[in-house]
Amino acid sequence: MNRLFIKSQDIVQKTVEGLHKDLERRIIASPPGQCPVDLTASFLRLCHSQSCGKCAPCRVGLGQLQLIIDDILDTDKEPRMEDIKLLEKTATAISVSADCAIGAEAAKMVLRGIQGYRDDFESHIKDHTCTPTIRNNDQPVPCVAMCPAGVDVPGYIALLRAGRYDDAVKLIRKDNPFPTVCALICEHPCENKCRRTLVDAPINIRGLKRYAVDNCGSVPVPEKMDNTGKKIAVIGGGPSGLSAAYFLSIMGHQVTIFEKRSQLGGMLRYGIPNYRLPRERLQWDIDAILSTGVECKLDCDISSPEAIAEIKEKYDAIYISIGSHNAKGIGIPGEYSKGVIPAVEMLRGIGDDAMPDFAGKSVVVIGGGNVAMDVARTAKRLGASEVSIVYRRRKDDMTALPNEIEGAIAEGCSLLELKAPSRIENDKYGRVKALWVKPQIAGQADNSGRPKPVDSSEAEEKIPCDIIISAIGQATDIQFFEDYGIPVFRGNIKAEANSVVDSSNGTYAGGDCVTGPSTVINAIAAGKVAAANIDAYLGFNHEIEANVDIPLPGISDHIPSGRIEMKERYAKQRGSDFDEIEYGMTHEEALREASRCLRCDYHGFGSFRGGRNDKW
Amino acid sequence: MVKLIINGQKVSVPEGTTIMEAAKKVGIHIPHLCFLKEINEIGACRVCLVEVEGMERLVTACNTECREGMKVITNSPRVRKTRRVNMELILSDHDTNCASCVRSGNCTLQSIANDMGIMVIPYEENTAEKNRWDNRLPIVRDASKCIKCMRCIQICEKVQGLSVWDLKGTGHRTSVGVRDNLDIQKVGCALCGQCITHCPVGALRTRDDRDVLNDALADPEKIVIAQIAPAVRTAWGEQIGLNDEASTTGKLVCALKKIGIDYVFDTNYTADLTIMEEGSEFLHRLAHKEDYQWPMFTSCCPGWLRFVKTQYPEFVKNLSTAKSPQQMFGALSKTYIAQKLGVDPSKVFSVSIMPCLAKKYERAVPQVNDSGKGNDVDLVLTTRELDRFIRCDSIKPEDLTDMPFDTIFGEGSGAAVIFGTTGGVMEAALRSAYFLVAGKNPEPDAFKNVRGIRGWKEETFNLKGTKLRVAVVNGLGNTRELMEAIKKKEVEYDFVEVMACPGGCVGGGGQPFRDGEEMAEIRGEKLYDLDKANHIRFSHENPSVKLTYEEYLGEPLSKTSHHLLHTDLENWDIEMVLEDT
Repeated sequence: MNRLFIKSQDIVQKTVEGLHKDLERRIIASPPGQCPVDLTASFLRLCHSQSCGKCAPCRVGLGQLQLIIDDILDTDKEPRMEDIKLLEKTATAISVSADCAIGAEAAKMVLRGIQGYRDDFESHIKDHTCTPTIRNNDQPVPCVAMCPAGVDVPGYIALLRAGRYDDAVKLIRKDNPFPTVCALICEHPCENKCRRTLVDAPINIRGLKRYAVDNCGSVPVPEKMDNTGKKIAVIGGGPSGLSAAYFLSIMGHQVTIFEKRSQLGGMLRYGIPNYRLPRERLQWDIDAILSTGVECKLDCDISSPEAIAEIKEKYDAIYISIGSHNAKGIGIPGEYSKGVIPAVEMLRGIGDDAMPDFAGKSVVVIGGGNVAMDVARTAKRLGASEVSIVYRRRKDDMTALPNEIEGAIAEGCSLLELKAPSRIENDKYGRVKALWVKPQIAGQADNSGRPKPVDSSEAEEKIPCDIIISAIGQATDIQFFEDYGIPVFRGNIKAEANSVVDSSNGTYAGGDCVTGPSTVINAIAAGKVAAANIDAYLGFNHEIEANVDIPLPGISDHIPSGRIEMKERYAKQRGSDFDEIEYGMTHEEALREASRCLRCDYHGFGSFRGGRNDKW
Repeated sequence: MVKLIINGQKVSVPEGTTIMEAAKKVGIHIPHLCFLKEINEIGACRVCLVEVEGMERLVTACNTECREGMKVITNSPRVRKTRRVNMELILSDHDTNCASCVRSGNCTLQSIANDMGIMVIPYEENTAEKNRWDNRLPIVRDASKCIKCMRCIQICEKVQGLSVWDLKGTGHRTSVGVRDNLDIQKVGCALCGQCITHCPVGALRTRDDRDVLNDALADPEKIVIAQIAPAVRTAWGEQIGLNDEASTTGKLVCALKKIGIDYVFDTNYTADLTIMEEGSEFLHRLAHKEDYQWPMFTSCCPGWLRFVKTQYPEFVKNLSTAKSPQQMFGALSKTYIAQKLGVDPSKVFSVSIMPCLAKKYERAVPQVNDSGKGNDVDLVLTTRELDRFIRCDSIKPEDLTDMPFDTIFGEGSGAAVIFGTTGGVMEAALRSAYFLVAGKNPEPDAFKNVRGIRGWKEETFNLKGTKLRVAVVNGLGNTRELMEAIKKKEVEYDFVEVMACPGGCVGGGGQPFRDGEEMAEIRGEKLYDLDKANHIRFSHENPSVKLTYEEYLGEPLSKTSHHLLHTDLENWDIEMVLEDT
């Protein structure tokens, strides 16, 4: 007789697997504003259904946890504060006594919930409903809610479908004066909770924005409002400073940007390589911003007491947006050898067209973020014979976007995971000869949830090389501002959520210099926030609006269909030049992708609580 | 124009027309529950579903625009089945004890369910929210009846600009509650009752105080005196089977007599008195301009008083100190009127029939009582409660004949009767102010420019050489706009009339329900007809008012007037008194 059989899935298992996938996507696209207590009850029910039923803590205990939470939620019951204690006690017991992870992990989720949102448990006991903040977090349109600058995504997708590309750009500029930059390099948090994910996959929002900017004409900026006679100094002409300047200038204020370098753009120019963001595309946005009447002082360093005092005296408000441009040290022996280059310095030089010559050189890049990928790919383009990316964690733990990592690999960079740099070996002239690394193994999860790399017992390894580029993060140049009395917190300028540094004298700050290195859209959002609040500080209430009619949605069945992805030039072709690597969508692709938009501005909660802010 | 086909009929409609409107144009009615034109077009109930050829999903007719070439079917088997399931689901989340519901017979949910012939609900009743409302408040919310159509939230926010109501809870526990889990006493509810008159079901209602009247009528010692507000006569017949022409004021008097009221008088009498007092006060303030904050505001609408006291307390000083006609009547009913009737004032039970639930608050304010005989007004019944009383007594339309008000306090001028509509108080005041200044009457219709349903009206009149800038607003959303404009000095007026309800008292929160219809304008016209038909067009010519001054008050703003007919509004409590009924 047969003793073994090949495992296969029956129709029930297959269906369940499919539903698990649907559920995964559904959880990813969870709308904000959900009651966390209700959520706890719901996932407990799911966890409980996974119990095999062998052990008491899981079989009985998870059910009892549910009953306690159900009672807390039940508006007909009169739950007591002691119920939370009982919940805590029971969950603790299950978490330490269940035989397998099914029970123990479920109980831990409950415990984390009690810690994270005890107020909500209490509110249900006291007021028989959620804390008001839960409902106040309601966001009718997920993409708009997730975009730090609140760009009207369904609006511009609708305009794009209608062939109104200029209007699409006008609408984007209402919240974000960098439509082209974001079309090319935004990390698109707007896509993270796109409701279309419930049907198939999120809309390719960045791709659609790109189609709009690729096809628009010259779109004039809004007319400047009446001159207010107020003067505002913006220190640092990166994305945050330029955004603030743009809005403030439209509001009728006179804005002057003080830029230390010879060109505007900050990290967009001095951090992001041309093949991702071609300079002429960046310039298009910058030119539009300047056309509002913003004045610029280039090559103008204000780090002297006289300069800052003069600014303070001449201007009614100041926005500090100096970015985060200092290199962080590697902290290993030999780091000051010739041939060790901080990534920020290399990219800064390239921004001003000073191209290093890496022809035939062997290059090692240290780091796992987007900057590491940028310099690795740039080194390859500069003629390096070999580029290795050395990272102390695993590829999965890298902070770089997956397609940046894939792009680097495709272009011939090699990835050396779980290698912690330990020292740099020199030749007798003090030039880099090799990077020594200590092999790591993935250990316990740290606070970020990523496994902490720990030394393995394997021997140190030698990676021979001519150039080492360190891309392990940037710091903010706070020294001067700190001396000048600007508050500092953990190496960055300290500003409130409203961008205020000092409300008594109109000093504001935002962007990387407040948050540490972050995304361009966060910097833009900070500029927008600062513009609104500086305007209010100066005693005005100017409103920025686009005056664009948004087409109503058509009607559609939500039939699952593929997401249109962006295409790139072949790796071999693109890997040796600095020309742009990404292709925009075709007309056909753009219309197809735009038709997938569910128009949450008009359907669902959007139809009730307003899917659109026409002005701010 | 967009061309489409609905149920085989060709329809041509302007761009932007919804399927529901287009269907109506060709006589096809699509049932709808949550929809409220321009206020709540959110497609929440999913009852107005229709099928569009070629589509799997059904679409809501209330908020889907017609498209060229669209083929719509409003009565396919799929549509019928789906609408019905959605109705059954809503019913499973609703307390369907219709027999004991205030809205039975006038409930949109009930009528759609009846039309669909729903006899069995296949789902278990699962009302998520327990009722925790204090039913002693003038406004009552019954959670078990709320169908979450969101109309109350929308009307309060969009029309009245107060946002008393908001969503609370999430998922299947989502419901409507007072904003931020607060107490209704603490959120500046004006008690306008617009949420009640726009509720399609019995989830929001007025506290029913009929038993209080019943007890008074049962007490042989009590002399029950009723007053009837102007707006009541425009609407009271709607719910008892009397059509517009047949529902005369005389029959209303007859109905109250049949109920057993001893004396039926008219609030118009004290409306005329209000004009004498408020008009004189205005002229006095005008003569001592620098002693007062401007503009002067009318003060007869308690919804507006609650609004100004909670939202713009710095403007309370601007309010006329004259009491509302209801409270003037109350104060006089236990003094001069009792004296004229030759009855013991302490035995008088004063009941007022009002289109308003804020009047229930006003009569219970401790600081308003000046007769020294308990509350000046003992009870306020809304038009709806009166209708219920009439129906409860099985009084049929054919039982009613025209009867006159009792003498002499049933006398009111045409100027008084228009108090019930927006602009009416202003017009009445200007008619008499002109007389007081010029010594002769103007043309009765000289100030008709302040009439009409518009939310914010302004006019300049020449009062014998004095230029008067007046404004009239109705609806609290409009009122807020006006107050902001006054604060910012964008506008400047001498005299402003405010009524909290859209269209004034005729559209009041205590008026009969007419789902989907805004009745204020039509009802207001009726008041202007009554004004025109009245042989007295000026408050100062009301013979009862003249007699009252001759025999009792002396003259406007006299000491007695000040004692009985004026009040210190700054002193008034804002808290609604909880009443067991």
